[in-house]
Amino acid sequence: MTAPDTHRAIDAVWRIESARLIAGLARMVGDVGVAEDLAQDALVAALERWPETGVPDRPGAWLMATAKHRAIDHFRRTKRVAEKHLELGHELEARQETAVPDLDAAIDDHVGDDLLRLMFTACHPVLSTEARVALTLRLLGGLTTEEIARAFLVPPATVAQRIVRAKRTLAEAKVPFEVPRGAELVDRLSSVLEVLYLVFNEGYSATAGDDWMRPALCEDALRLGRILAGLVPLEPEVHGLVALMEIQASRSKARVGPSGEPILLLDQNRARWDHLLIRRGLEALAKAEALGGGSGPYALQAAIAACHARARTPAETDWGRIAALYEALARIMPSPVVELNRAVAVSMALGPAAGLERVDALTSEPLLKAYHLLPAVRGATEVADSRREASVEVRAAGAGARRGDRRRARATGAGATPPG
Amino acid sequence: MRFMTLYKSGRESDTPPSPEEMAKVGRLIEEMTRAGVLLSTDGLQPSSKGARVRISEGKLSVVDGPFAETKELISGYAIVEARSKEHAIELTKRFLEVMGEGESEVRLMHEAPAFDSASPPQTGEAKERRKAAPAGR
Repeated sequence: MTAPDTHRAIDAVWRIESARLIAGLARMVGDVGVAEDLAQDALVAALERWPETGVPDRPGAWLMATAKHRAIDHFRRTKRVAEKHLELGHELEARQETAVPDLDAAIDDHVGDDLLRLMFTACHPVLSTEARVALTLRLLGGLTTEEIARAFLVPPATVAQRIVRAKRTLAEAKVPFEVPRGAELVDRLSSVLEVLYLVFNEGYSATAGDDWMRPALCEDALRLGRILAGLVPLEPEVHGLVALMEIQASRSKARVGPSGEPILLLDQNRARWDHLLIRRGLEALAKAEALGGGSGPYALQAAIAACHARARTPAETDWGRIAALYEALARIMPSPVVELNRAVAVSMALGPAAGLERVDALTSEPLLKAYHLLPAVRGATEVADSRREASVEVRAAGAGARRGDRRRARATGAGATPPG
Repeated sequence: MRFMTLYKSGRESDTPPSPEEMAKVGRLIEEMTRAGVLLSTDGLQPSSKGARVRISEGKLSVVDGPFAETKELISGYAIVEARSKEHAIELTKRFLEVMGEGESEVRLMHEAPAFDSASPPQTGEAKERRKAAPAGR
């Protein structure tokens, strides 16, 4: 293998291993910042060694063993040497005594819990939303600062600073590396879900000519969502979010024309929808519903997306069900955008007159004032499915054009917008 | 990026795998599914249960299995979502280690890109990261 080949292989290994490496180290040292430094040290060691020795058979175990040695060095240098050193030393010895495959198994035993702790820590409410996003992509997604910067169209220094501050904030607030329990779990989980959906939407809103990193965010969000669903399989909203993202992602190829122009949902060539992702999305939705979570905000939005996904032609769309789902969504996430979508669905189901009543009631909504599609919706039902494009407009109009503002708008009301 | 890996065990798949092999493969599949990278996978039954359908010079023909050239027989497939070819190769290596024997063809699927964006980075990412690491602390 040539050196560039090895570097690419190391990159791939890092992509696979970094999250659980950092998660495992964070459990040992109790600080995600230190854990990431140790993991990076192990990566640097791999970059030095592997071009000569080749990639070891069990690269993950190699990185973990190397990082643990660094961890011991780290504790030697710090005051807490005595107890932690002993603890780590014993653990390391115990693991070295067993055969190599068992080392993997030993790490795997903890890996699920550790990853979950890492997700909750990276999305901790003491951090700003932007910091949560950056930290999640960095620690769990295995993205570099540079990649995150490219994906979010901000200078790398900005992202680097966000991450530095986030780690400092976590350390200063003495945020424990743990999975929250009871009532706190619900709130904290919704913070994690919000971060994943933000990342997904950032990727989904990428346009022609954007850097390749931007649409790739959809894959990162989906991957992390699937991991989370495996870690907390009994939480219906996680499956709801995964379902929503899988089904939305299934349309990514069909929703842009040859010259980059958006194609509205009802005009899309359904043969270009990704049926593998649709199948996965419908399965995830079924799980959410089987767990009694069919009425959560993500599951409801996924159910709406599923109505479109199930229809082989636009004419087969079950608008009655979509209208009912929007009604349910409006109850838990009241928003003019949801109301408008509901009006569109009602007009598709029962005819324009029924929908118009609702649309007229909405024309006085300040959030929808600058909504260029409202008159169009009012005038005809043709634009019934311009919701995603519409939602982008609402975000921009309702909260100003700056990215941060738009993101806040998305996190509040506009998050309820259904997929296009 | 989506890849399909086609696994060729090098033998006819008429002998079912042992329970131990099944357990090992099952564990890997579960792990890769939970890691969010494995989208779909399955093994294929013996070629005696299949057929080859061919068209040549406009003439269709059907040949029932089994097929002679066992080396070329596909025993299973996986569809993975990877960040790079190297990522897909790394995942395939882990699968082959469990299988112990055989060969996998790793192929980039012809997904039409949603956008005509710049291609993914091909080289030296890890190096960049190394440089970027101190800045990220």
